Amino acid sequence: MKRINRLMSFAIATCVAIGISTGGAMAQKRGGILKYIIPSNPPSADGHRETTFGTIHPFAQYYSVLIRINPSNPASTTDFRCDLCVGDVPKATNYGKRFTFKIRDDVKFHDGSKLTAKDIKASFDRIVNPPKGVLSARKAYFLMVDSISAPDDTTIVFDLKYPSGAFIPAVAMPYNFIYAKKLLDKDQHYYEKNVMGSGPFMFVEWQPGAFIKGKRNPNYYRKGQPYLDGTEAIFAKKQSINVQAIRGGRAYIQFRGFPPKSRDDLKKALGDKLTVQESDWNCVLMVTPNSKRKPFDDARVRRALSLAIDRWGGSKYLSKIAIVKTVGGVVFPGHPLAATKEELQKIPGFWPDIKQSRAEAKRLLKEAGVPEGFEFEFHNRGVDQPYKIVGTWLIDQWRQVGLKVKQRVQPSGPFYATLRKKKDFDVSMDFNCQSIVNPLLDVSKYLSSDVSGSSNGQYVDREVDEMFNKMNRSGDPVEQRKIMRAYETRVLDEKAWALPTLWWYRIIPHHAKVKGWKISPSHYLNLDLANVWLDE
Amino acid sequence: MYQYIIKRLLLVIPTLFGAAVLVFLLLRLIPGDICDMRLAGEGGLVDEETLNTCRAIMGIDKSLWLQFVDFIWGFIRFDLGISMWTGQPISYEIGLRFHLSLQVAIMATLSAIVISIPLGTISAIKQNTWIDYFVRAFSIAGIAIPSFWLGIIIILGLLITTQYFSGTPWMPPIQFKPIWEDPMHNLSQLLWPAIATGYRYSAVATRMTRSTLLEVLREDYVRTARAKGLLEKVIINRHALKNAMLPVVTVIGIEFAFLMGGLVVTEQVFNLNGLGKLFVEAVDHHDFTLTQALVMVVVTIFVFTNLIVDIFYAWLDPRIRYS
Amino acid sequence: MDAVSQTIPGKEIEEPAASKPWLVSLFDLIRQQPLGAAGAFIVIIMVFLAVFANLVAPFDPIVNDYGSMHIPPDGTHWLGTDQFGRDVLSRLIYGARTALVVGFVSAFIGATAGLVLGVSSAYFGGLFDLIFQRVMDVFMAFPLIILALAVVSIFGTGVENLIIAITIPFIPRCARVVRSSALSIREIPYVDAARALGFNHRRIILRHMVPNVMAPYLIMITAFVGQAILLEASLTFLGLGVQEPTPAWGLMLQGGAEEYAESAPWMAIFPGLAISLAVFGFNLFGDALRDVLDPKLRSQ
Repeated sequence: MKRINRLMSFAIATCVAIGISTGGAMAQKRGGILKYIIPSNPPSADGHRETTFGTIHPFAQYYSVLIRINPSNPASTTDFRCDLCVGDVPKATNYGKRFTFKIRDDVKFHDGSKLTAKDIKASFDRIVNPPKGVLSARKAYFLMVDSISAPDDTTIVFDLKYPSGAFIPAVAMPYNFIYAKKLLDKDQHYYEKNVMGSGPFMFVEWQPGAFIKGKRNPNYYRKGQPYLDGTEAIFAKKQSINVQAIRGGRAYIQFRGFPPKSRDDLKKALGDKLTVQESDWNCVLMVTPNSKRKPFDDARVRRALSLAIDRWGGSKYLSKIAIVKTVGGVVFPGHPLAATKEELQKIPGFWPDIKQSRAEAKRLLKEAGVPEGFEFEFHNRGVDQPYKIVGTWLIDQWRQVGLKVKQRVQPSGPFYATLRKKKDFDVSMDFNCQSIVNPLLDVSKYLSSDVSGSSNGQYVDREVDEMFNKMNRSGDPVEQRKIMRAYETRVLDEKAWALPTLWWYRIIPHHAKVKGWKISPSHYLNLDLANVWLDE
Repeated sequence: MYQYIIKRLLLVIPTLFGAAVLVFLLLRLIPGDICDMRLAGEGGLVDEETLNTCRAIMGIDKSLWLQFVDFIWGFIRFDLGISMWTGQPISYEIGLRFHLSLQVAIMATLSAIVISIPLGTISAIKQNTWIDYFVRAFSIAGIAIPSFWLGIIIILGLLITTQYFSGTPWMPPIQFKPIWEDPMHNLSQLLWPAIATGYRYSAVATRMTRSTLLEVLREDYVRTARAKGLLEKVIINRHALKNAMLPVVTVIGIEFAFLMGGLVVTEQVFNLNGLGKLFVEAVDHHDFTLTQALVMVVVTIFVFTNLIVDIFYAWLDPRIRYS
Repeated sequence: MDAVSQTIPGKEIEEPAASKPWLVSLFDLIRQQPLGAAGAFIVIIMVFLAVFANLVAPFDPIVNDYGSMHIPPDGTHWLGTDQFGRDVLSRLIYGARTALVVGFVSAFIGATAGLVLGVSSAYFGGLFDLIFQRVMDVFMAFPLIILALAVVSIFGTGVENLIIAITIPFIPRCARVVRSSALSIREIPYVDAARALGFNHRRIILRHMVPNVMAPYLIMITAFVGQAILLEASLTFLGLGVQEPTPAWGLMLQGGAEEYAESAPWMAIFPGLAISLAVFGFNLFGDALRDVLDPKLRSQ
């Protein structure tokens, strides 16, 4: 956890000030328009159906959600808040199978009508059991839900099929906007192109590809918030434009993340006018060998690929040019379930001595009969940060154990198609990115291909699947941690099915006058902007 | 003449149809589809059933024949359909961007005309002197310098010089405002891409002006005029330049059509929300309907510009009609 | 036009006719075509660098050196280093190889295919010509980026596929020009005579028509080389071309160069200059070649 808060002293000071909002030296100022930049062009406004951050960044501020991470403590992986509730996030009843939420009765939609438990039921029904012709991208997260009911206007009850620790994190996902039932009843597709919620800001105008504008919701239910008069976001995909916009003051902040070099350049140019917040990112960039192709069907070859990668050195160098930094295993670094440095360094490929690793890699390759100068194709995604940068680094790493690598780069669409459907690759770049940190579910990436839809290495390993199930059934953190270590050793060492390279690192350099916002380990989280204010 | 025009108009149909077939097939040969793109983002956990629902909504589960007939039938009725990515009508999506692309194209054209005609004329009159060499080198450089790189250098130059002189860096606005709403804002954004593309454009036009003028200057009637003792200035302005203008106008017309659909890379560099950027995004998202519509719009503009140029030529030179 | 194209091959600019001492002839030529000579000079230097890249380049263009990332130009790295610590100058020199290969191969294939198709279209005329013209129309009007993206997505990225993507739009453009010059030749008596004598089509096309359209063909080739280098840079810049770690100029301008243009301007400036200079050289050379081959434009 320490790592997450590094370089955040300033932001923390701000958050403390928010905690004692009245009479503090750093009282929030009201007014101003927050100008920010979104490196995307959102497909539609409907959070229930989209999966890109491009829908969250512009639209999260117009909606309430049932549960979210604590905006004053977004680095935490367990600190949830229920804003719409009377009181806290409810505890499970009925042997862990029932969650009853008590809803406040002073919440209003932007059109003045009251938000009731009926609206929440209608919204979650649409997510959990979408009607025909309606798309829900996160239906699969709610497989444990049996039924949703709203006995009265202020009560909503979720009944589960079985107790599950994954339920609350699933509800807390930022895409679960609360829509108005009356509008959904009229047209299930209403929210794709229109915006009408109960969030801190009210929608003004959206020009696709150009900008989106919002203004303050004067009737917001959390009294005093939001502080801003409005927001104005510009859509611009190109990284260099993003950096220049911050530098030239066309925007104050971008909520996705910047490469380290851009942070340094901006710091040099803007000095005190810039604040930098950084955090580990719940995304790991990994290498997936195709275990059905020769010679990658041989665990020794896969282990050699891993051994050739100088992760500790790469962490030092790559963190200067790419949005990756921390060396980690299968679990988000810093989470209690993650391996410690000592535990990690026992796994081949994570050894502290790279010379020894490379010698071992060469030995393994020789033993497996892979000749010196063996050539294979590395499949990569046509996105600079961090895919192509890390790709160039990886090729250079493999070159040093005598492997010759040709890179095949594809735009995102064909890249996905190759990785998931056609599976015609030797070795591919792969990634595991999640919003809410929830390692027990997140490591499903490493299950057998026939079990997990997101596992691309084309292997079947029942031992791995068995450990996963055991871990998820166990309620004891100590035992969970023990199984997790065995799971990690099996996936990364014995079988070397998948090779995590480095975890992403989120860097947000923003104008110092933007206050109140705190970084989280995911670019999907903490974006309703209610507690953000401008010091100008 | 009418016969010629009708014949040419009829020939447009197979070209448009061929382009339609080509874009339709190419798009479907590219692996992956819009549902992969839309649902496979980092924030989803999607099963095959959801993907199939998505494909049904987008209409890409229909047979290729049906999809193609839908596309062609829509195009015939001037109905471009709905963008798969945003769900907005394509005419609205294109309309939003058209203004910007048109304005940059017009600004670049104006600067090209203002620069190229005098330069080309001087160069032709002073053929094989140092002035001529300089103009030729200048215009060849315009063709040689990639306009996207020129754009990068312009932005870089602006940031550095404004930082040096005023202490705070300045960059062009990245948000478009129509010229009648805020002329200063509008021009300070679009001037730079207009320069970056206008240089290449004026280079092409300068070369055309020079070479056609050189040809015309050797024609008999110019020699006659010279023999009559007319002033060189009068010869150039009254006779030569007028007759040399036709190919120059042609080049300007074709370049204009090219700019309307071809600013793909420059718009990336300046983050202009124009047709070129829309194009790149549409292809990137596997947005079949939008990409098809954009290709058809670009091809139509191109084909009709060529058609107008050809008819214009035929009108001036009757021999062409019968060849 | 016929006489000129048959007796004066393109090389004339570097090796003028005998009789006069070659140095004098060279001097004459430079005086007559100073721009063309300058262009030829640039092209020769570029070819030299490309061929002897492994001897000339001070560093390996591929090896990453994380100890020297983003070093400004100095005594060791004359043009600085990039984000992976690779020497910019060495990558530029090796990049000339990629540029020349892409430039020459696609120009040659594109122009030659255009030549063959254009001449046959003119020679056979009729329905073949009509259909062929429509197909060419489609490819002329079709946006290059879609073609390039389709080629890359179907066949994968890499130099060979980039060449395919660049060659396709060249074919119709060369075919157009060749067809129109061939049309004028078709009506010339000796072609009719050859036909009357019962020579077969191949012989007439190869012996009589092709040599007579060599002038526009050569002019198109030189023009295409420059354009191919530019296209290579643009497509690579859009991520559709050459891929790391292959050294290529367009690739050097993509990603880091643009992002860090302010703090490491050498990364953005030099590759752009290299592209511009190379295309500039080929265009100057091409212009001069056209002046020599096309008598209408020759100075009085």
